[in-house]
Formats: sequence, structure tokens, C-alpha cells
Amino acid sequence: MELDSLYQEVILDHYKHPQHKGLSPTFSAQVSHVNTSCGDEIILNIILENDVITSLTWEGQGCSISQASVSMMTDLLTGKSLEESETIVKSFSELMASKGTSTGDPEILEDAVVFAGVSKFPGRVKCSLLGWMAFKDASIQAQAQ
Amino acid sequence: MTFSPKVVRKDFPIFERTIRDGKRLVYLDSGATSQKPLSAIEAESNFYKFHNAAVHRGAHQLAEEATDAYEGAREIVAQFLGSPGGADEIVFTKSATESLNLLAYAMSNAPAGNRFALTSADRIVVTEMEHHANLIPWQQLSARLGAELAWFKVTPDSRLDLSNINDVITTNTKVVSVTHQSNVLGTINPLEAIVARAHAVGAIVILDACQSAPHMKIDVKKLGVDFLAFSGHKALGPTGIGVLWGHMNLLDELPPFLFGGSMIETVTMTSATWAPVPQKFEAGVPNMAQAVGLGAALNYLSTLGMDNVHNHETELTGYLLKKMLEIPDVRIVGPTDTHMRGGTVSFTIKDIHPHDIGQYLDSQGVAVRTGHHCAWPLAKCMNVPATTRASLYVYNDEDDCDALVAAILGAQKYFGRF
Repeated sequence: MELDSLYQEVILDHYKHPQHKGLSPTFSAQVSHVNTSCGDEIILNIILENDVITSLTWEGQGCSISQASVSMMTDLLTGKSLEESETIVKSFSELMASKGTSTGDPEILEDAVVFAGVSKFPGRVKCSLLGWMAFKDASIQAQAQ
Repeated sequence: MTFSPKVVRKDFPIFERTIRDGKRLVYLDSGATSQKPLSAIEAESNFYKFHNAAVHRGAHQLAEEATDAYEGAREIVAQFLGSPGGADEIVFTKSATESLNLLAYAMSNAPAGNRFALTSADRIVVTEMEHHANLIPWQQLSARLGAELAWFKVTPDSRLDLSNINDVITTNTKVVSVTHQSNVLGTINPLEAIVARAHAVGAIVILDACQSAPHMKIDVKKLGVDFLAFSGHKALGPTGIGVLWGHMNLLDELPPFLFGGSMIETVTMTSATWAPVPQKFEAGVPNMAQAVGLGAALNYLSTLGMDNVHNHETELTGYLLKKMLEIPDVRIVGPTDTHMRGGTVSFTIKDIHPHDIGQYLDSQGVAVRTGHHCAWPLAKCMNVPATTRASLYVYNDEDDCDALVAAILGAQKYFGRF
């Protein structure tokens, strides 16, 4: 069933058991993003030390796709350098723009390649990008500090 | 003749197609936009095929035919609403959103002494269940003038709280703008007390009829309101056409909002005077084909009979509510009976986000809307970040309701796997 390519087990698993959820008491930058079309929202805290992302924590509410995507992203980017994070964000954005034609690079995206299925559903691409757009914003703000 | 949605459906070409690999289309999103009968589609396309010319100008036969068709549509709308002043009280806009903005911006243009001139001493009243289109124009007008915005709250059982009506509609209230039927809750608001109090303090009453005019018999005289807005595309008509009705004496005093061609009487390099109502409010070449399409759509509805339409939807809503309330973990966000209620049924399902429900329903051919439905403050007040909304219309029947219920049960099974 086509729906199964959207709702992969690992996505629903992250949705039910979100990682890095609960905001850190301190942060280099904090951003709040909403998906204006559906009301999904997340707050993301980033701690940056010597250009390394040492902590990414979040709070939010929304659909399984948006929440699982944030959860997986925080797993993936924590401990990475800013330069590495840029490569990963670029790779994920390209995957989401692929309209189902790309399977994603597991070397770079690890588990997040499961979002390849989401790229076939234009209505859900924005959901999956919510956390990633927040991260872009947060990392720019943290660097400006 | 008994009303039969299955017969009605035959008039709508879109139901000939299938959805998601051959599934029957179960369209439950008419609250967002309705489907169109062939007669409305053909009226619009025939205007372009056979009669296209700019209305109210052009010394040729096509211009005459175009003007007749456009003004004929205005006449149909006037009859549909029971306009006491006839077709001249009907202003065509591009949408109900534009109709409401027209009023708010026209009031901004009112000179001192004009009854629509508001100051920082005045109050504007809305409700907590307004669609953004009937909230933000007034919120922003208040902000521009430094006037006060007040609103009726919504009770836990999804009704307007009118218990403090005299404290909300105060003696300095100049505008009361309310929705006739909530686009989220389905609640139909009682207008008598609101209209009586508003008129007692000299305020005008504006009705957002987007979710009511397509679904019930509207008689502006009986409603007692001063202005009414609705959109064509929710009433079986094309997009790009909206209606503003108002009493002639009020439209006459209301300053224009959009300036340009067609809306003037005389022009010099430094001044202008205005054409009579409704032309004063219709600057530029209007959406002519869409107005004609709307005329055909309203004729279609009138042939069905608006009382039949309303009775059908009330019965079907009762059927759907009963079925939905039997499903475990479903919460109806709105009244749970059909008293003063339309066919808009919003709901949440425990542990499944509306967007995920909507996606699963779509995989079964069931089209619904999910999100905050352009009524963010209401969602916050009802304590739900988002809902799933099924909205019924003339072409829906019990089979559609059953398909929705089956798909909800399927979604619960699908997302309950983990």
C-alpha cells in the first residue's frame, strides 16, 4: 500500500518515542517555527561550542511526520560540526525536493533516508522540513552570537 | 419530488472520476470549496465562448450580451438573498474575504460626520469563532483607528456566550460582525438578540454567511442584518466571485474602497465623484464569467429548493454524528446534536494527529480538511491544536458518511499498530 511508504515503521517509532524532546535550560539560540497551513509548531534549542553542535533539544506538537522528522534530525546532528550539518541539511532538503525520484544517501542521512517516501506526498514535504528549517535558523542565530 | 443526493451527484462531472487507484470519490470538504454542477461550469465557459466582452462599455452586441448576463446574475443573487432593494444592493467582489475587507477599508475612508467614521472612542465586536477573514480585517481596522476590539466567547458546548451581551455590545459599539455558521464547529448562531442589541446602540450588523448561504434559505429582511457577505465557490459557483449585500441607504453612505475605472461619475485631474451603488464598489473590469457562473449555481440551488437542501443536510448531519459518537476515542469539536447546527463536523481522534488521519482517509478516497481551518483563536479556545473536518453538502449521502466512519476505524487500526 502506497501509504506504507509514507508511514515507515521507523517514522512512527520516532513519533511514539521522540528523541531529544524537552528543552535544555540553557542554549546558544532558541527558535520557534510554525507550519502556517496546519498549525504544527516546534521550539528548538541549540548549543554550539567551537562550531560543534553539542546539544539540540526541542518541544513541539504536530503530525507524525513533522515530529518524527525533528526527532530524527536531532539524533543525526547532535555532535556534528557546523560544516557537517550543512552537508546533511542540504542532502535532506534535496531528498525532500525529489518527488519520490531519490532514495537518499544513507552514508549522510542514515535512518532519515526513510523520508524518501514522504517526498512522494507534496502535502507532507512541509511537515518533514519544519524541524530542519528551524535548525537552519537556529544555527545561523547561534553563529551570530 | 423527494430530494436524492444520488440524483444530484449526476449533475456534478467530478464524481465521474475516481481517486487513489480507482476508489470512489467521497468528497467531504465542501466547507473549503464545493464541487460544481455542469450547469455552472457551462455558464462560465459559455460566457467566454459566446458572449465575452467588457461589461458596461463597448458599443457593440457582445458588450450588450455580456452586460445582460452579468446584470442578470446580480438579479439572481438579489432574489436568492431576498434583497429588499433588489439587484442594486448586490455588490460583486472577488471573494467573501474581499467583501469583508471592502467594508473595513471603506470605513477607514469615511470622513468625519459619515456614519461609518470610527474613532478611538468606538468599539468593534466580533466573536471568538470567526474565520480569519472576519477577524483580521476588524482587528486591523481597530489597530489603525486605536478603536477597541471586543468579542463574544464560545462556551464549552460550542455555542456563543451571549450571557454578557450588554457588556460586549456597549453603547460605543459601531460595528458588530459575526459569522452565521461556524466553519469549524458547525454551530449556527442565533442572531435575534445580537441584532436587537446592536441596533439599540446604533451599531451596524455584518453577517459572514459563507457557511450558511449555500446551505439554508437566507432572507436578509428576516435576519435583520445590515450587510451580508458570502463566496460563490462554496455555493456551487466558481472561484473569484464573492457577494456583498447591504441596505441601499448604507451602501450609499459608505465610501468606496477600490478606485479606478467603472466606479466613477466624473473625473478631473484633481478630483472625482462616484458612480451610484453598486458600481461605486466595482472598480475595474469585474469577474464577469464567474458572476454568470454563480448565477447558474444559485439557480441550480433554488431549483433543488433551499429548504430541501437544509433538511437534507440536517438529517445527514444527525446520521453522521450518531455514527461518529459510537466510535471509541472520537471527540466531536462542536455541537453533538442537530439543533441550530449545520453539516460541518470537526473531530479529533485520541493519539492520532489530524494530518495523519486526513492522509489515511485520503488513501481510502475520503477527502476532508485538517488543521486549524483559518480559525486559530477558536482552535486555541477549544483546546485542540488542530482538527479533522468533514463537511456535507447536497451531493453527500449516508454512503459517504459510512465511508468516513469505516476509514476512521481503518485509521485507528493502521496507526494503532505501534
